[in-house]
Amino acid sequence: MSDSAAARPLPVVDYLKLPENGEPYLEGLRCQACSAVFLGRRQVCSKCSARGRLEPVQLARTGTLYVFSIVYRSFPGIAVPYVSAIVDLDGGGTLKGNLIGVEPDPAKIALGMPVEVVFGDALGRKDKEGNSYISYFFQPRRD
Amino acid sequence: MDVYVIGIDMIKFGRFPERSVPDLGAEAALLALDDCGLSIQDIEALYCGNLGQADAMVGQRLLQQIGQTGIPVVNCANACATGATAFREAWMSVKAGVNDLVLAVGVEQMGKGLLGGTGGRRGIPKEGLLGSGTMPCVFAEAGMEHSRKYGTTFEQFAKVSVKNHHHSTMNPKAMYQLETPLEMVINAEMISYPNTKLMCSVNVDGSAAAVLASEKKVRELGLMKRAVRVRASVLTSDPWQERDLVMPDVNSCTRLAAKKAYEMAGVGAQDIDLVELHDCFATAEILHYENLGLCADGEAGAMIDSGATALGGKIPVNVSGGLLSKGHPLGATGIANIYEVSTHLRGEAGARQVADARLGLTHVIGLGSACAVHILEKVS
Repeated sequence: MSDSAAARPLPVVDYLKLPENGEPYLEGLRCQACSAVFLGRRQVCSKCSARGRLEPVQLARTGTLYVFSIVYRSFPGIAVPYVSAIVDLDGGGTLKGNLIGVEPDPAKIALGMPVEVVFGDALGRKDKEGNSYISYFFQPRRD
Repeated sequence: MDVYVIGIDMIKFGRFPERSVPDLGAEAALLALDDCGLSIQDIEALYCGNLGQADAMVGQRLLQQIGQTGIPVVNCANACATGATAFREAWMSVKAGVNDLVLAVGVEQMGKGLLGGTGGRRGIPKEGLLGSGTMPCVFAEAGMEHSRKYGTTFEQFAKVSVKNHHHSTMNPKAMYQLETPLEMVINAEMISYPNTKLMCSVNVDGSAAAVLASEKKVRELGLMKRAVRVRASVLTSDPWQERDLVMPDVNSCTRLAAKKAYEMAGVGAQDIDLVELHDCFATAEILHYENLGLCADGEAGAMIDSGATALGGKIPVNVSGGLLSKGHPLGATGIANIYEVSTHLRGEAGARQVADARLGLTHVIGLGSACAVHILEKVS
């Protein structure tokens, strides 16, 4: 690790929050006028165009699998196969991420199945300053 | 006052690494001018679509090859709707009465390999960490949404590729002229389930060009006999959708564009004789049957099974071979689609001619998103 690397891992995206004391969580913006939920910055609600009505909201750690694809060909250096999944979080917000803890077999992945959001090291990837990152993943929920 | 296509052509799509982008565009421009017997000296403005060199004045460099007459040049980039956007800008200038005779060119030189990707430039690469942003995966996920709603099967998606590759055996300007039976499509290398390699469009180099004219000009030139009337030209961006942050939406902007185009032309989907739609992946074609109103929601799987969209069927789709087999040079595709439909309306499509074609529809979509729909009509 170089001198400039941060002491703690960094979040992989701005909407992943890593409090010093407490569990990581995902934070979105909810429009107080129309209830649409967004990830990432925007100036005005892109659904209803209301101004000044977007408030931060902590997103749920549970959701359902909307759709997926099993990726067999990716860019050089990316390990395949893996499952790219789109998950609707309970209470609002849709995310794309890797679905882990399943076999990469379409017969064994059920659309609509319950999943949970888990947090962990970003597959060992580091930036050029040597910083480590925390990412989010989805895994099947057994409840 | 109607606007007409009087000259239109495309080069045979292929791989031409030794040539430049303006050089490829210039070839199509000359072909389109030859198609109507005109010269660059007659043209009042050039609208040039190219994505890969969007900051490099491709239109002006093209004119250096075919004649620098001092006319206005607009270079435009709009993802995979780039060529159609250039065509539409040309159409608007004539429709508005600013010009009577204009040229639209779409051109692209592509590398090989995957397009797309996840995440920005900051931090670490997101591909394979936050799912996949590769195009085969994005359109696989869009197809899976259709499977989720209606039970569409892997085989049904694969049949799109069988059909379009078959069509291209009759199109000498397509990249490939090769039959791909269902077993071959299904057993090809899996890229991103359910899209196999033969269900992904081909990255090729290519160009296409069109000469557009006002009604007054067409009559003055005596070119009405082979002219094609533009009945509708529509461009949309993606209206807000619940999942569009992570699932680029190809559906709602297509539905919006189709609705506006049918209204503008005063026709319905049942009046259309052939369609060239944006089959960037086999999964996408299935979605667009419904998005363009060719069948009711949920019936696209049955539609491909029935053969209705094959040459000789009720509404032939992508008789050119489509992006899957003709190839997909991003900036050229939108004008190449218009070339294909125009060729059928003129009755000049040879072995793949759609019988008695009077009305045709073209559709392209660029992720991000931009959708263009044109409806074209036979004149004579």
